[in-house]
Amino acid sequence: MNNILVLPMALPVLAGIILIFFRKHIKIQRGISLGVMLINIGISIYLLNRIQEEGILRLDFGGWEPPFGILFVADSFSIILVLTTSIVAAICLLYAFSSIGKAHENMFFYSFVSFLIAGVNGSFLTGDLFNLYVNFEVMLLASYVLVALGGKKVQLRESIKYVVINVLSSWFFLIAIAYLYGSIGTLNMAHISERIAESGQTPLLTGISMVFLTVFALKSGLLLYYWLPGSYSTPPTAVAALFGALLTKVGIYAIIRVFTLFFYHEPEFTHTIIGILAGITLIGGSIGAVAFKDIRQIVSYNVVIGVGFILVGLAVGTQAALEGSIYYLMHDMIVKALLFLLAGTMIKVAGSANMDEMSGLIRNYPLFGWIFFIVMISLSGIPPLSGFIGKVLIGQGAVETGSYLLLALAFISSIVVLYSLLRIFLNCFWGETMISFEDEIPMKKGWIIPCVLLAIATIALGLGAEALAPYVSDAANTLINPDVYIDAVLYDK
Amino acid sequence: MKINNVILKTVTKVVIYIILTLAVYLFLAGHNSPGGGFIGGLVLSTAFVLLFIVYDIETIQKALPFDFKKVAALGAFLAVGTGFGSFVFDVPFLTQAFGYFNLPFFGEVELTTVTIFELGVALVVVGVVVTIILSISEDV
Repeated sequence: MNNILVLPMALPVLAGIILIFFRKHIKIQRGISLGVMLINIGISIYLLNRIQEEGILRLDFGGWEPPFGILFVADSFSIILVLTTSIVAAICLLYAFSSIGKAHENMFFYSFVSFLIAGVNGSFLTGDLFNLYVNFEVMLLASYVLVALGGKKVQLRESIKYVVINVLSSWFFLIAIAYLYGSIGTLNMAHISERIAESGQTPLLTGISMVFLTVFALKSGLLLYYWLPGSYSTPPTAVAALFGALLTKVGIYAIIRVFTLFFYHEPEFTHTIIGILAGITLIGGSIGAVAFKDIRQIVSYNVVIGVGFILVGLAVGTQAALEGSIYYLMHDMIVKALLFLLAGTMIKVAGSANMDEMSGLIRNYPLFGWIFFIVMISLSGIPPLSGFIGKVLIGQGAVETGSYLLLALAFISSIVVLYSLLRIFLNCFWGETMISFEDEIPMKKGWIIPCVLLAIATIALGLGAEALAPYVSDAANTLINPDVYIDAVLYDK
Repeated sequence: MKINNVILKTVTKVVIYIILTLAVYLFLAGHNSPGGGFIGGLVLSTAFVLLFIVYDIETIQKALPFDFKKVAALGAFLAVGTGFGSFVFDVPFLTQAFGYFNLPFFGEVELTTVTIFELGVALVVVGVVVTIILSISEDV
């Protein structure tokens, strides 16, 4: 019995509901929500090791066998992402404890964070296409509340944009599912893959795959990222960090899953399109990252660059490149969370988001400054930090297949990332300090400890890449060979 | 504005029991025929809304001192909690069980664990609908 598979999703849901009863007891709320994330970390480590021994695990809800019932499937790829999500969520909650404020905590903030995580984990684990839609909606509904909670004018403006764009893309998602169900007659992901392999990927199916690509591109910010910088820079720091780290990654997960499991027969067309989109995203994100003076905007455009980079790995599509994408996904979740936390804290201590109005922060907050330095070199891919291994593997894949243009774009974008963050570093951390030591806002332990933990995580991921290698190569192997997934789900092999 | 509509109040006192009976009937009918937790819950909440309209909000809140947000949460807790029952009985998540029991007066009836789940759904619907209507009416 694999009931444990449902826990990464069901526990946060249950916790979120229980927290509603403890509206006035903020300590209990904090304890329960953090406890659930820590339990999820434990569960996902356990599952990850079990998958290496027993192969892909599945749980048929209510005992209904696939392809008729709805099921959760745990392969290495899903569980690696669930693990990273749980770590990032736990650390962002730690940051929220000392920064989010009583008004939010009384308005069911922790409940909605729990629901958000439930939706994210559910999306990673589900083995049913319609269930994926449902989990997306769970995640999005929670995120609508988190964007709007607080009710400031700018939040209202951005949340309306955010809701409209996501309702629209959810509608497209439903249409895409309906098209696919109409032509294939099943919703179980393994079964869809098998049927497409049997009938061949007809032009009709390739057309449907483009509808899916549009949907997930909107959600992940691949090319269609215009809504992203605004929506991610308005909510409170802890929420922005969660969004920046997790939400786009769910879209990326869906793109990778759909284009390695269903539509992998016509890579000359589909993967070329993904490559072109990833390239344009890299260029657009890079322009955005150097164009602004508002550090929240710069940080948000860095998310966009990350999306493009990961999907270069999918467009190239070799084992090495996919391994690189998986490493980079983990790295990106951790580092983007850290980057958003740092940017939010900088704005809080400096009282402004414009980098011209900050200077010499490193004199006031030395540890904080050096953490920013670590993030900067980690994002630009300097060994032994976590960005390095992903970039090397994606680069290796691109050289193997001769996609030199993508390779060039990907690596030039790394330099732009370095430049955009170096600009912040030079402007805000170096130079004459502008905060006198008397006026200095003391750095709370609750702000700096989550940043330190995430910085340790990025160093650990860089140094421990070797230890993670078996898991990542198993994950990439399943993506390259869809038969492994199909056999595990449909034939109990 | 204070309205004192005697006819409406008198009719409501009778009609409210019809609505409540219908709600319970629809709720129990739901397993194999049209009805169920969602519809039962909606009908049940119309009964509450009718009470809120005919009498004023303060009177009814004195008579029914529930926080309807918590009613919704309790419902969601029941619905999700039935899933967790599977951990106790060591069956796949969300498995349902049913059996036939001879109850006095009712005779042989089919009892299922889905009914508990549906009860949760009904409570969520009641809680959410009443909360929405109350918060809209507070705005006006």
